[in-house]
Amino acid sequence: MIHLIWALMAIIGIIYAMIHGTMEEVNEVILTSAAESVTLTIQLLSILVFWLGMMKIAQEVGLLQKITKLLTPVLKRLFPELRHNNVALGYIVSNVIANMFGLGNAATPLGIKAMQEMKKDSKDGEATRSMITFLAINTSSFTLIPTTVIAIRMQYGSVSPTDIVITTIISSFVSVICAVLFDRYFYHREIKRKGGWKE
Amino acid sequence: MIQTISLWIMPMLILCILSYATFKRAPAYEWFVEGGKEGIDIAISILPYLLGMFVSISILRESGALDAFIQLFVPVLAFFGVPAEIVPLAIVRPISGTASLAMMTEITKVYGPDSFIGRLVATMQGSTDTTLYILTVYFGAVQIKKMKYAMKVGLMADFVSVIVSIIIVKLLFM
Repeated sequence: MIHLIWALMAIIGIIYAMIHGTMEEVNEVILTSAAESVTLTIQLLSILVFWLGMMKIAQEVGLLQKITKLLTPVLKRLFPELRHNNVALGYIVSNVIANMFGLGNAATPLGIKAMQEMKKDSKDGEATRSMITFLAINTSSFTLIPTTVIAIRMQYGSVSPTDIVITTIISSFVSVICAVLFDRYFYHREIKRKGGWKE
Repeated sequence: MIQTISLWIMPMLILCILSYATFKRAPAYEWFVEGGKEGIDIAISILPYLLGMFVSISILRESGALDAFIQLFVPVLAFFGVPAEIVPLAIVRPISGTASLAMMTEITKVYGPDSFIGRLVATMQGSTDTTLYILTVYFGAVQIKKMKYAMKVGLMADFVSVIVSIIIVKLLFM
């Protein structure tokens, strides 16, 4: 899908330029935009190095595990099937926390571990209820400090680059709740249709 | 008020982490450096994605095709109070994280980070993750072929996120 979008954007742009006589601008922007992305990457470096360094401390010193423990009761409600599967719950919480703190690299392996645990309840390669709930939370999940976004705002001269933190938190909080509600709705609809969850 | 809270979150988090580590007598600096090295790897590995998307989007924009595309949506969106400038980002956000990051950067550059549009795209970018990527990676990793309603749920939540972002940014900054 993304392959198609990426190629089409350039193809459409070039063809449009052929018709509307904007080839000069297009020709120029190919080089300038490439150079610009390199500058941007260097600017991203600073905040990424700083923030991942901070998070490494939080992780090593056991702060992340502490938060994990706090959240476990909530998670048991969200994943009724996994009530007795503490291993899976542990991975799920760690994944969500890692995501919250912007540790994408640490989050992915933890999430995959959680999926492997949940796969034990799956038959014929079908997604289980818990898996879908987990991914619903994951896809709408957020970072407490959206580092990359802040870095970009800084680069383009924002007076207050962090003032979107609060809007980001509110918006992602609402979308996580909606994701869980949608998930519940479709799950119950499925049950009604099939007269039971096929497992 | 909002500005103050936003301003305090980052320093407070740093304060918490560092005081806890010091209290535990942990080698905080050593860990910081170690974690920071991962940051370098990430930044370097993002570069090709960012560059590729940046060039492609720039071609589309500079040719004038993007503007023409946006104009198609303007009347409908204006009716609902949705700024048309964010439509391409809203479409790409669930599909690719790097592509939408590049797009968000592009829009920030054009409209300015402290404009309504600038704040809106920043909120949109940060408040949700890349649905398609997550489903592909996680279901792929454990060989699940039937995703059932997972995609529907993810995309619907993304849609909600766009709407909520618009409302929140309007409420707090306008």
